Amino acid sequence: MAHATDPGRTPSGEPGGPADLEARVADWRAHVGRSPAVSPADVEELEAHLRDQVDDLRAAGLTDDEAFLVGVRRLGAVDALSAEYAREHGDRLWKQLVLAPPGAAAGRRRLRRAVLLAVGAALAVQVLRLLGGTLGEVAVAGLAPVVVLPFLAALVGAGREDGERLGARWLVVAAPFAAGAALVLLPPWAEGSSTQVLVALHLPVVLWAAVGYALVGGRWRSPSARMDVVRATGEWVVYYALIALGGGVLVGATVLLLAPLGDAVVEQVLLWLVPSGAAGAVVVAAWLVEAKQSVVENMAPVLTAVFTPLFAVVLTASATVYALTGLAADFDRDLLLGFDLLLLVVLGLVLYALSAQRPDRRPGAMDVAQLVAVVAALVLDALVLVALLGRVGDLGLTPNRVAALGLNGVLLVDLLVAAVLAAGFLAGRVRADRLARWQTSYLPVLVAWAALVVLVLPPVFSYR
Amino acid sequence: MRIDKDLVAASASPLVLGLLAEGETYGYALLQRVREVSRGELEWADGMLYPLLHRLERQGWVVAEWRTPPGERRRKYYAITDDGRAALVEQRRQWGAVVRALEGAWPAAASPAVGGPALGTA
Repeated sequence: MAHATDPGRTPSGEPGGPADLEARVADWRAHVGRSPAVSPADVEELEAHLRDQVDDLRAAGLTDDEAFLVGVRRLGAVDALSAEYAREHGDRLWKQLVLAPPGAAAGRRRLRRAVLLAVGAALAVQVLRLLGGTLGEVAVAGLAPVVVLPFLAALVGAGREDGERLGARWLVVAAPFAAGAALVLLPPWAEGSSTQVLVALHLPVVLWAAVGYALVGGRWRSPSARMDVVRATGEWVVYYALIALGGGVLVGATVLLLAPLGDAVVEQVLLWLVPSGAAGAVVVAAWLVEAKQSVVENMAPVLTAVFTPLFAVVLTASATVYALTGLAADFDRDLLLGFDLLLLVVLGLVLYALSAQRPDRRPGAMDVAQLVAVVAALVLDALVLVALLGRVGDLGLTPNRVAALGLNGVLLVDLLVAAVLAAGFLAGRVRADRLARWQTSYLPVLVAWAALVVLVLPPVFSYR
Repeated sequence: MRIDKDLVAASASPLVLGLLAEGETYGYALLQRVREVSRGELEWADGMLYPLLHRLERQGWVVAEWRTPPGERRRKYYAITDDGRAALVEQRRQWGAVVRALEGAWPAAASPAVGGPALGTA
């Protein structure tokens, strides 16, 4: 506080006069507002308090100078105050978990580490492509996240600046990767095995949980730590999509430029460019989440505001159409997969919206749109489940049907409770943080289901 | 008399809820009331009140609103909710149990250090 209380500072007006007081208050405001845990509204609240105090002290006969000093002193040391705000408003601070301190040297170090890890991921995926020729397409697809995501885990796990080192926890992070590689490679897969495809589809969810654990470490049980993982994931998806768009343009330009050299050359270049680019972007997007935090942080509410109503409309329309026409007649597997994806997108949208909202907000139009979207998704999910059960009754259980049935069941419970809570929130009976708490406590169920499909389904169906 | 800071922290939220039950108010006025009811014996850094109020708001025990009464500066006003009143009743019950336990453990004659009204007469 030394600079704010320096008696030699008289930017304008007579020393100790009103203009001087204003300058000091402005100084103090800037100082308090520097902590990310103290929002502009908090600074305004504290300033109103300080001015009330100064007015009272002046009325009691103190000079402006004295009144300001006493008032600032009574508010408490700025460091202790920021720490107290940080304890209550951890959500404003989550970036401190992963973001380098503002020093330029540390920023460069993190960039260097990110580039090295991105190159590592790009090379690993090429090694897999070159050596994996004998393994078969499905095994290579299953192994791709196993070889790429460790670089992501290394970036988020090693780069944390919150003082905590993962230490022995690295073993917890590494275990799913080792187990995943073993589960893809070792079993005696049958020719055209559908359980192998299911393993390749569900393994990334388990590995994502391992990366999330690398991000939050020992805090993984706390709802706010899990919300950190959700936020980081949502922003990573946005950055990855942006990079993929740019990468698409790059690939298009490459094809155009190299076309005169013949298809064989183009194909070779693409075989190096596309997988490596996709793998490297996994790490680069995560680095952007950490380094360019505030950019997408401000985008999340906008994206949710745009897409939640749109999804509500689309989902309501399709739920109405299918409820009227029925979907049992020509309900094939691709459509079923599409429905599962749609429900996952709705869940993602709900999570993304929750992660961007303040825990103490009041219900608004966006919550109505979200409730409509969730209820429509529930109606669709119920229709899918009925159709699925019909197929199981007619044709018996197959691995694909068990996986789809389980995923639908898991999503049904999730969205059902989410809808009840959202309705309660709109009616003013449920507080906003209950919605977030439900979703964060349900995340392990989603991961556990994926792990179950990876571990149990293949042997049960004898690797068919 | 300086009151131990753990004790100050533990009593802060029932104290604030109790004062808000008198009627809605803003932080500065609330602290004046804290000084009055504690006869100046509870010393807080003023700024610490606000994170506490924000926690009570998140718990749904108080609601807050920015307002500018005519002729005054813009301030954030806090009011207790029904949940907050229920929490206050519960906290009063717990503090009552603590006070009774302390009274049972400390014979009334052996509390000379306490100036002013003794614990038991409150």
